[in-house]
Amino acid sequence: MAPQGNPTVVVIGNGMVGYKFCEKLLAKSTAFNLVVFGEEPRVAYDRVHLSEYFGGKTADDLLMAPTQWYHDNGIQLHLGDAVQEINRANQTVHSRSGLVQAYDYLVLATGSSAFVPDVPGVEKKGVMVYRTIEDLDEIKAYAATARSGAVLGGGLLGLEAAKALLDLGVKDAHVVEFAPRLMPRQIDTAGSAMLQSKLEALGLKIHLSKATSHIGGNGKIDALHFGDGSILEVDMLVISAGIRPRDELAKLAGLEVGMRGGIVVNDTMQTSDPRIFAIGECALHSGMIYGLVAPGYDMAEVVVSQLQQGARAFTGYDMSSKLKLIGVDVASFGDPFIAEPHSRSIVFEDAHNGVYKRINISPDGKYLLGGVLIGDAEAYNMLLQTVNNKIALPPHPEDLILGARGGEASEGAGVMSLPDEALVCSCEAVTKGMICDAVTELGATSVDAMKKCNKAGTGCGGCVPMVKDLINGTLTAQGAYIKNVLCEHFDYSRQELFDLLRINNIRTYGAALDHFGAGDGCETCKPAVGSILSGLWNDLIVKQNVIQDTNDRYLANIQKGGSYSVMPRMAGGEVSPQQLMAIGRIADKYKLYTKITGGQRIDMFGAHVSDLPNIWEELIAEGFESGHAYGKSLRTVKSCVGSTWCRYGLHDSVSFAIEIENRYKGIRSPHKMKSGVSGCVRECAEAQAKDFGVIATEKGWNLYVCGNGGAKPQHAQLLAGDIDKETLLKYLDRFMMFYIKTADPLMRTATWLNKMDGGIAYLRNVVVNDSLGICADLEAEIELLIKNYHCEWKEVVENPELRKQFTHFVNAPKVKDPTMEFAEMRGQRMSKAW
Amino acid sequence: METAVAVTWLPVCQATDIPADGGACALVEGEQVAIFNFARRGEWYATQNLCPHKQQMILARGMIGSTGEACEPKVACPFHKRTFSLLTGECLNGDECAIQTYPVKVDNNTVYIGWA
Repeated sequence: MAPQGNPTVVVIGNGMVGYKFCEKLLAKSTAFNLVVFGEEPRVAYDRVHLSEYFGGKTADDLLMAPTQWYHDNGIQLHLGDAVQEINRANQTVHSRSGLVQAYDYLVLATGSSAFVPDVPGVEKKGVMVYRTIEDLDEIKAYAATARSGAVLGGGLLGLEAAKALLDLGVKDAHVVEFAPRLMPRQIDTAGSAMLQSKLEALGLKIHLSKATSHIGGNGKIDALHFGDGSILEVDMLVISAGIRPRDELAKLAGLEVGMRGGIVVNDTMQTSDPRIFAIGECALHSGMIYGLVAPGYDMAEVVVSQLQQGARAFTGYDMSSKLKLIGVDVASFGDPFIAEPHSRSIVFEDAHNGVYKRINISPDGKYLLGGVLIGDAEAYNMLLQTVNNKIALPPHPEDLILGARGGEASEGAGVMSLPDEALVCSCEAVTKGMICDAVTELGATSVDAMKKCNKAGTGCGGCVPMVKDLINGTLTAQGAYIKNVLCEHFDYSRQELFDLLRINNIRTYGAALDHFGAGDGCETCKPAVGSILSGLWNDLIVKQNVIQDTNDRYLANIQKGGSYSVMPRMAGGEVSPQQLMAIGRIADKYKLYTKITGGQRIDMFGAHVSDLPNIWEELIAEGFESGHAYGKSLRTVKSCVGSTWCRYGLHDSVSFAIEIENRYKGIRSPHKMKSGVSGCVRECAEAQAKDFGVIATEKGWNLYVCGNGGAKPQHAQLLAGDIDKETLLKYLDRFMMFYIKTADPLMRTATWLNKMDGGIAYLRNVVVNDSLGICADLEAEIELLIKNYHCEWKEVVENPELRKQFTHFVNAPKVKDPTMEFAEMRGQRMSKAW
Repeated sequence: METAVAVTWLPVCQATDIPADGGACALVEGEQVAIFNFARRGEWYATQNLCPHKQQMILARGMIGSTGEACEPKVACPFHKRTFSLLTGECLNGDECAIQTYPVKVDNNTVYIGWA
């Protein structure tokens, strides 16, 4: 609590910007008495992420800060008590409850209210606005019995509200927009068309160029009537047609307000009364009302500076924004609409993938003026910087939206060329210079550390990829070699340790720790060293099972509830009827849930740990062996039907897939490897999404490498084309061993290639042209691994000491875990939800 | 101020039943207890088998190790790698509540758990 005698700052409004002002003032000074009046019954909450309230977040989750924060910081807080009058002569405010509060400075952060158009029938039941948590509760309650709903307003907030209706179960959801396009202030007509098709695919129905003439219904809404005579029957309406600044208090107090609303302020955020400031959505600056939160935060910063006799001023704000709207990236920057003759546009439209990109370039081709991105906004950060810093365009500006095709694109190199004043985090106003300084002077070498230094990335989070690139770029520029050491116990990269263990003939984890490590190891270095040892010697991992990660420890994939899954190998996806019946009999006997996997084999779930050796004993007796589904190893080599049956097949893809899978089965690698062999260009085995993939050509086979499926799909790249099988296997041997020796722990081949200096050209040089002179060694090393292959499950089944370890209770081996429960689905077992 | 609590030493299994530098689960008075043979340090630890994160009986199958300057012994849950101190039971990398630890001693190749 500030001592008496300190000037009192009264803040009217406890919304996001009102809260931020308090936070910023307290960060800079304790010389002010803060009193806050809020009209809503709760403290400031994140209105920007309001739609998450329907997704399960509670009101408390959305709070900017808990009520305790205000008390802890000595803020006098009056909630649910709106200020009704400002007495400028006496410098006091009067609240609804009768409180009279004196002020030295007054900050108006009253925000705005939802604009309700003057349409007859708007007072009917079932017509709501979308602004406060109370509004959302009303919408939620009403949606429970509505079959159809509409949102009036196709802007940012309207589209969010429409998604909310869908999420609430209103199956028939419509968006009605007065303008001829969606988000008319941010995107152009073509961008709107792309966005519209994506939204329609999600089930929203879009109506553009519709003026609502009246709302029909008997006391309760039943339809919207439009100016063109058409009618839309709906059970509820959410109005999200814009905002109107809350300037009533200011008007009443005689402060200057704009003709269409808004409290007039100058560059230092002062109203026509120098002791009264206005910030956020209620403020009118140079004829603009800013409906985004970032400029509001900037205005708060200006007032904090002014209160301390500082010189910071507000001179307008860049309204560029990037957001994820209903899963669709939408970005708008600079001047998105500027057209001939003042600019020339380059447009990329891909209706197949739902991507639209437009950039507007100055007629002399030198500068980027603005643009729109729909469906893929990855380039947003760099494009925004290019506009704002007037960075000269490359000779082929179309590359900015088409991406570097067929070349070596070094990700993130562009950020280092930004000027120091470039604003990287606009929510918290952090420049490139501030970030680089934090790296060099404050030692912030991670995003988390950076967040603590200057809050970059703590707002919307959109700048985090750029912050990461700047950190790495700065460290590289300093000459720091960014080495990924294993963990606190080993101060070496995986590649370094690989060589050390090989040269010193280290064969156990204990020996590795003794010679090259410190401390007693952990769950990071144990599996990593285990992987290295396997890559060097390919000894049975069951011999060092306590250092293996979960799945490798028990040679099975652990599932919810503590049961395991069993997957025998089915090379190339080929299986005989006899084998199918054997699997069926065994799965039925042990009551396992069966399913076909993406890797073209059968998985059996629900095995107790003590049943595993018995199940495998039966599988091995039927001629099966481990599928290594649990290992960071080769998984499967998928195949298409191929020339043996398919009328299109050029070569026998199935035989080749089986040959490849059997060659490399059991080999452990830095991360799992998945593969496929397709018999023709139709690519039914999806080989191009694999760590290495093979596709038949007229003349032979093409070998592709470093593709990936999963969360970050990436197509494999051609390593060599039209080669014969022997050559292909030779290149594969070298490629695989090179990956095993040089990748970081848990690094997929795709990431490994992306981070490789020189990219695919370099990799091809090493593997195909033997530029490093190591190919003979690589071939010998992998030959050793192949020669040393044994089925590890066979080893467990035949070894009573190892078999003993597959029990739940060491002192009651016949007792199964009593807490393991199963449910049922479609006639098969299922795990119980946790 | 510590108060002494009388424990009964219950023989549970053979020391050789627990893999060196690993763990195994024992049924003690109807409870699931994870026993760890930290051979590298010549130390034994025992904790509850239930991981508080998703309530799974699995900690005995986790990897053990040490962390920090003081080399505090820990175990990592196989499911999501939540780590717990083997000394205090405290969760070292999350908000989970601490796990129960039990006194453990080995005498003549028999493992005893101190039961209160």
